[in-house]
Amino acid sequence: MAGQPKDFETLYVQHFHEEARALAYYQAKMEGYTALKKAFGMTADAIIDEMKKSNLRGRGGAGFPTGMKWGFIPKQSTKEKYLVCNADESEPGTFKDRDIMRYTPHLLIEGMVIGGFVIGAHHGYIYIRGEYTREAKLLDAAIDEAYAAGFLGKNILGSGFDFDLTVHRGAGAYICGEETGLLNSLEGKRGEPRVKPPFPAQAGAFGGPTIVNNVETLTDVPFIINRGGEWFSKLGKLEKSGGTRLFSVSGHVNKPGVYELPSGAYTLRQIVYDVCGGVLDGKKLKAVIPGGSSAPVLTADEIDVIADIEPIMKIGSMLGSAAIMVIHEDQCMVQLIERITKFYAHESCGQCTPCREGCRWMEDIIQRILHGKGKMEDLDLLLDITNNINGKTLCALGDAAAGPVASFVKKFRPEFEAYIRGEKRLAGHAPGHGGKHAEGHGEQHG
Amino acid sequence: MAKILSEKFYTAMKRLEPRYPTKVALLLPALHAAQDELTWLPPEAMQEIGEYIGIHPAQVKEVASFYTMYNLKPVGKYHLKVCTNVACCLRGAYDVVEHCEKKLGIKVGQTTPDKQFTLHEEECLGACGTAPAMMLNNDYVENLDIRKMDEILNRLSANAK
Repeated sequence: MAGQPKDFETLYVQHFHEEARALAYYQAKMEGYTALKKAFGMTADAIIDEMKKSNLRGRGGAGFPTGMKWGFIPKQSTKEKYLVCNADESEPGTFKDRDIMRYTPHLLIEGMVIGGFVIGAHHGYIYIRGEYTREAKLLDAAIDEAYAAGFLGKNILGSGFDFDLTVHRGAGAYICGEETGLLNSLEGKRGEPRVKPPFPAQAGAFGGPTIVNNVETLTDVPFIINRGGEWFSKLGKLEKSGGTRLFSVSGHVNKPGVYELPSGAYTLRQIVYDVCGGVLDGKKLKAVIPGGSSAPVLTADEIDVIADIEPIMKIGSMLGSAAIMVIHEDQCMVQLIERITKFYAHESCGQCTPCREGCRWMEDIIQRILHGKGKMEDLDLLLDITNNINGKTLCALGDAAAGPVASFVKKFRPEFEAYIRGEKRLAGHAPGHGGKHAEGHGEQHG
Repeated sequence: MAKILSEKFYTAMKRLEPRYPTKVALLLPALHAAQDELTWLPPEAMQEIGEYIGIHPAQVKEVASFYTMYNLKPVGKYHLKVCTNVACCLRGAYDVVEHCEKKLGIKVGQTTPDKQFTLHEEECLGACGTAPAMMLNNDYVENLDIRKMDEILNRLSANAK
């Protein structure tokens, strides 16, 4: 039977329903705010040690060890410090944080108060993507509940620690998922990434030392405090990757959705076939994008790989935000990469020339291939452009655009060549309408 | 110049002020609140927001124009933003967009002459498990297909007049 496996301990999915939103449920069924009480009896260093033992790696995409990140905050700094939750969830294919925020908002609040306590921040911001209007309202309501119950505000639980929490809505910009773009956006500016160093831990929000963590990273914190870093670490099946992990699975699968699996326990094949019930309409699998649209594509015969950070990195892609997109045999890969590239060209903030120009060039070239005007040299030109973007920009958006293009060209080259030889041609469609309508021999280009 | 933003707007902003160490940080919340009242951001609104925050209106526009959610042009009563990014595209989003174009008689980016409908393609909305998805004004509609979209357009058209 496909669906959420039940043969291991899960932390989240059993609570992904509307009743779980209420503070009363959180306290009755999820040991709500007991971790906070426990944390107030610990030193910041002891909590960071526990976090390091947990082997929790950031769930936003980069996979940086959370305990280590928290340790970067300069203790001696007299500047106001901030804890910022990255709830921008903008990586295409990712939708797990939305479930956390709409079903278990108090988990996020508790995780943030603990995080604030550890780094010495008295104000936290949840930077939530602007489109999540419902989730922003639900968070606001949960925050009101937490203030009324004394879990936020002055002298929380008599600890002497003050912490305020504010939901800040973005307004539609992929780049604001990049932490320094996010911080600029929070400050009321264009969401353009900053030059690093200084890193946010030195100079982040409003110039103060700042930690930016993903939603799921922060909601793991209360579990770790309550039950110990070692316990959390052992939930994962690989040495350096603790906990369970929320996978967002979408595309051509029978059961798309959010699934919670132990880190490092399942292969991509098991996730597609055993957990998600296999490929839609009984079609043959063609490809899998394993970590959001920025991750290089994998072919159907590359998916016997453990879906975790290192194993996927070893085969040249990335787990990213654990957003798995499944593609079946009917999908034209040239049209799909056109759509992906169009996205990055649209979302490039424009600061760095290689990304601003390179993304547009890649889009133009792929479009001309689709419209029957491509040349064979274009394929090497595309690869050349990806080399000229990779590693040459302030943030990772350029790499995120280049990686997929290089992988599509290398792994599905014959499909591009068929367009270039005129065996296929996109019928007279506006650029961007790349989802369908490829036609065979002899079609007049519209 | 007469103010076009309401007392409610200023009350909401006053309540937010203590939440930020700078006043400029109120810019995104202010633009959202203004758009909620006016459905788009006319130059006068940006001027007024600039005056309230203490920045030049050009700075307001510089920021507003960076973000796709801010409407710098008027939009119809019903603003349809259909996601066509990877997951939605794999599940037939372009068929849904095309259906809207045919049924409404407009292209993506346009507004119907009666100012009731504006149609846009949207980037990933983070609703990929229930693709295709769209935003209808400020809310989500998920698990779209042509039939569902058709019902929605019929219902909205009946309300529209």
